[in-house]
Amino acid sequence: MSPRAQVYFLALLLILSGLSLVVYKKQVMGLPIWPGKYETVWTVEAKVQFEASGGAVKVSLALPKGQNQIEVLDEVFSSSGYGFNLEKEGQHSRAVWTKRSAGGSQSLYYKLALHQQEKKNLSVDNTLPPSIVTPDWSGSGYELLRSAADSLIENNRQRSAGTVSFTQQLLSSLNDENNRDSQVIFSSLSEQSHVDTTLELLAFAGVPARIIRGIYLDDDRSRIGTTSLIEIFDGNQWLAFSPLTAVQGVPNDFLIWQRGDKSLLDVEGGQRSRVRFSVLSNDVPARSVALDKAGYEKVALVDYSIYSLPIEQQSIFKFILLVPLGAVIVIFLRVVIGIRTAGTFMPVLLAIAFIQTSLVNGVLIFLLILGVGLFVRSYLSRLDLLLIARIAAVVVIVVGMMAALSIISYKLGLEQALTVTFFPMIIIAWTIEHMSILWEDDGPLEVMIQTAGSLIVAILCYWAMTNRFSEHWMFNFPELLLVLLGVIIILGHYTGYRLSELLRFRYMRQQ
Amino acid sequence: MWFASPKTLKNFGVLGMNSRNIEYIARYNPRHLYPVVDNKLKTKQAAIKAGIAVPDLLGVIDNNWQMKGLADLINPLKKFVIKPARGSGGKGILVIGSRDFDYFIKSSGRKMEMSQIHRHVNNILSGLYSLGGKPDSAMIETMIEYDDVFNDYTYEGVPDLRVIIFKGIPVMAMLRCSTHASDGRANLHQGAIGVGIDIKTGESLLAVQHNKPVVRHPDTGRSFDGLQIPNWQQILQLAARCYEMTGLGYLGCDIVLDKNKGAMILEVNARPGLAIQLANAKGLLKRLHNIECLSAEDLEMTAEGRVDFLLAGHCG
Repeated sequence: MSPRAQVYFLALLLILSGLSLVVYKKQVMGLPIWPGKYETVWTVEAKVQFEASGGAVKVSLALPKGQNQIEVLDEVFSSSGYGFNLEKEGQHSRAVWTKRSAGGSQSLYYKLALHQQEKKNLSVDNTLPPSIVTPDWSGSGYELLRSAADSLIENNRQRSAGTVSFTQQLLSSLNDENNRDSQVIFSSLSEQSHVDTTLELLAFAGVPARIIRGIYLDDDRSRIGTTSLIEIFDGNQWLAFSPLTAVQGVPNDFLIWQRGDKSLLDVEGGQRSRVRFSVLSNDVPARSVALDKAGYEKVALVDYSIYSLPIEQQSIFKFILLVPLGAVIVIFLRVVIGIRTAGTFMPVLLAIAFIQTSLVNGVLIFLLILGVGLFVRSYLSRLDLLLIARIAAVVVIVVGMMAALSIISYKLGLEQALTVTFFPMIIIAWTIEHMSILWEDDGPLEVMIQTAGSLIVAILCYWAMTNRFSEHWMFNFPELLLVLLGVIIILGHYTGYRLSELLRFRYMRQQ
Repeated sequence: MWFASPKTLKNFGVLGMNSRNIEYIARYNPRHLYPVVDNKLKTKQAAIKAGIAVPDLLGVIDNNWQMKGLADLINPLKKFVIKPARGSGGKGILVIGSRDFDYFIKSSGRKMEMSQIHRHVNNILSGLYSLGGKPDSAMIETMIEYDDVFNDYTYEGVPDLRVIIFKGIPVMAMLRCSTHASDGRANLHQGAIGVGIDIKTGESLLAVQHNKPVVRHPDTGRSFDGLQIPNWQQILQLAARCYEMTGLGYLGCDIVLDKNKGAMILEVNARPGLAIQLANAKGLLKRLHNIECLSAEDLEMTAEGRVDFLLAGHCG
């Protein structure tokens, strides 16, 4: 076989084997060819803060696990110097931190990543309620309260058909500012919270009720407290109501953290304790959520695939797998189009930096660093330095500029420029050196052409590497690397004209 | 139309960059032969061994500690050239044409002090002009005084002849004339003029600057029509001998014509550029194919024999 035929045979073999593995994965394992819909993964962080009084400390925080509408994907407990334990009480679990002695302000963290399932799949909670504890309003000081409560309950009972409508009526009349009875009730129980008073009134009326604590999953909320709902037992099942609007049901974006009247947070050996929540959303392909759980483990192609790595390494690989794609684009642009760039694969590194910084910021930062770098380099060239020393000096200047850029932008409140650290500084230093020689030898025009060429290639690589489809394909079907290899081999054997040569030899036809 | 169609280029037999790299350089130039052509010092040694004329070497600076000897070396000299041994594309070549007391006068007329020359040599040693920034050595050579026939065809620089040699047979030639824009360098992409030379007769064909046909030299106004390179056959023989000297199947050699010493090899290039086709208004492919069709026995000839073979019209 001639070398040329060998090249094409090998390339074809690679491409076909890559594609057939993709088809196998699709047909047998059911991995989708097209990226599926994205699902939201919420990251919720609970931060417990208190003032420790110097002695032994025990902190216990109710955890949302065991609530049936969420799927916990990952959880992290951060507690430097504290002993940590998980306690289970029936369905509920609590995180318990302990320490022999602690003083001063303390912070403990609990972080979980969760995926919220559709509400309609909720199983009905029909555990029987414990016996009702009627509030003790027997004293003479409670006479007014008793009569107001009696009249409110009697009024609402007459206007309602069952427990559910009674609860709704009661909740709305309690929230009615013009209702005389509710005014009396709240003023005589002014030291209690609205929810506690409502619960006591429901108990007084003989309706089994309990509290639900939770948080609303809104994107990017930080340092929020819990919101309470009220749940009543109508004889068959528990039903939730908002105590303020009397609307029935748990809102869609409500994450139930804890049910029942046990406390959310207990701190022994400390004071001024509080828990605050931060919420962050993240869109993840449905596929990876599913693969985390699904029983794919037995299939060798998955078991020995990127999915078998820990999540952190997976996300690194997600990146690495896109690099060959950038390399193919560089080869195509150089061999078929004929774009001149500074450094062969420098544009790929630049594109990786752009992924971190976002495109516009990245281009601006790159041009800024290159411009200032060229300026400084032109001064350095007058100092008679050895080449290595000069490049090292440029590296120092590039690092200094990155630091300055980060600090200034942070002070100005521009968080984006902080990502400047992702720029490959050694490569940029070499680029500056290369460009300054180019400037001296071939003039600023050539520098402009190569900078523009590098940027165009980098932007195209960026586009390909951030593309939803290429991300999905490279990550789910790493076999496509074989296809890329085949394409590289074919491109490496392309002997036709470059597009730029059609321009270069344009005066050829005038003879 | 501001671009040529691939079909036009194919009809002209234009050799493209990809095809040159894969089908000629990779196929006919074995990698292990590169050091001889990539290092001008080694080229010079090989040329002397093969009895090929080269400019005289006056001195070499390899290391920083040899820098002390630089002043002693160049002070007695009136005219000289400093070039990096591993430079490419004419980068880093400094031509001193005369002296004015302590000053060195560049061919462009700019004055240089000793310290500036010092810095230039330092840059060469640290690899500023070499491929990949590898440490390099600086060569000091005699300055070429170009033949009077080139008067007014060049500006502030020595014109050189680029001859492409395939399997030992010269296939295409071009005279490269420096201009003010090219800063005295005979490099086409820096604005030098390429004048196509008829490979059999040594007569000028057509001139191009920046890939575009020109009629006259932009600085001197001299028309390139009717330019005839003297002693053409000897030049072709000199070029053809580069094949034995380097062993490279596809090469470009740069030849200068000195007023006193005649034709000399300046350097040999294993990756000669493609602009020569524009200056000749002819693609390389047809001639290359004709030679590829010849058998090994057909090509068993001396350099002189190959030139005769070419002049007899056996290569198309």
